[in-house]
Amino acid sequence: MLNILFFAQIREVLKCDSFEFETTPASLADLRKELSAKSELWSETLNTNAALAAVNQTIAGDDVVLKDGDEVAFFPPVTGG
Amino acid sequence: MSLDSLSQKGRSAEKTSVIDSSIKIIVQEEDFDLQKEYLQVLNKEAVSGAVVTFTGLVRDFNDGRNVTGLALEHYPGMTEKSLTDIAQEAAQRWKIEAITVIHRVGKLKLGDQIVLVAVASKHRGDAFSACEFIMDFLKTRAPFWKKETTDEGDIWIEAKVSDEEKASTW
Repeated sequence: MLNILFFAQIREVLKCDSFEFETTPASLADLRKELSAKSELWSETLNTNAALAAVNQTIAGDDVVLKDGDEVAFFPPVTGG
Repeated sequence: MSLDSLSQKGRSAEKTSVIDSSIKIIVQEEDFDLQKEYLQVLNKEAVSGAVVTFTGLVRDFNDGRNVTGLALEHYPGMTEKSLTDIAQEAAQRWKIEAITVIHRVGKLKLGDQIVLVAVASKHRGDAFSACEFIMDFLKTRAPFWKKETTDEGDIWIEAKVSDEEKASTW
């Protein structure tokens, strides 16, 4: 089980700010694939370089391995400061 | 699944802070007092010869829309972690006595202060470099997102390639 969070435009487009994902895919790449399968909108929004990801609050590349209980967030390039 | 709001339960923009001896990181809605932060950052056994401060403010992007303000979303927990990592890296690269970073979140108006970076060091070169480094990495790594409020609706600000290029020069 993973805790998935969405922020900014991604949150708005998917109309979702967080939810629990019942399984734990092996890697971030696998997670993106599974989330993209939900709908074309989810695929367009998440299966792209424009959707950055963080695992347990650290920026993560697609090769990062996931474990049960991880927090995974998807968000657009940041614009603070 | 639930619809969002900037201040929903569990993700509200409460003030959070991390203080690690000489590194102070704060994410908050309230405004900050530059003079007070300046006095605090140099008040460490009088070894600082230089203090560099940077303040970022809400500006009108002047792209034709009537901008009335800014809303800043953030990822509670990761923002503090990211800012702390950036400040710690600066403290390793340069000789620094103290660093303060304060970043506001929530609803802001044109002209409001958004961010403060204050660095105290023995020497001005280290203070200038560390301050610039922290800002360059804050702008490309810290999870904040700005949304402009205008008469025609709210518009997310896009990340700039030039910011990423600047960060890569370090």
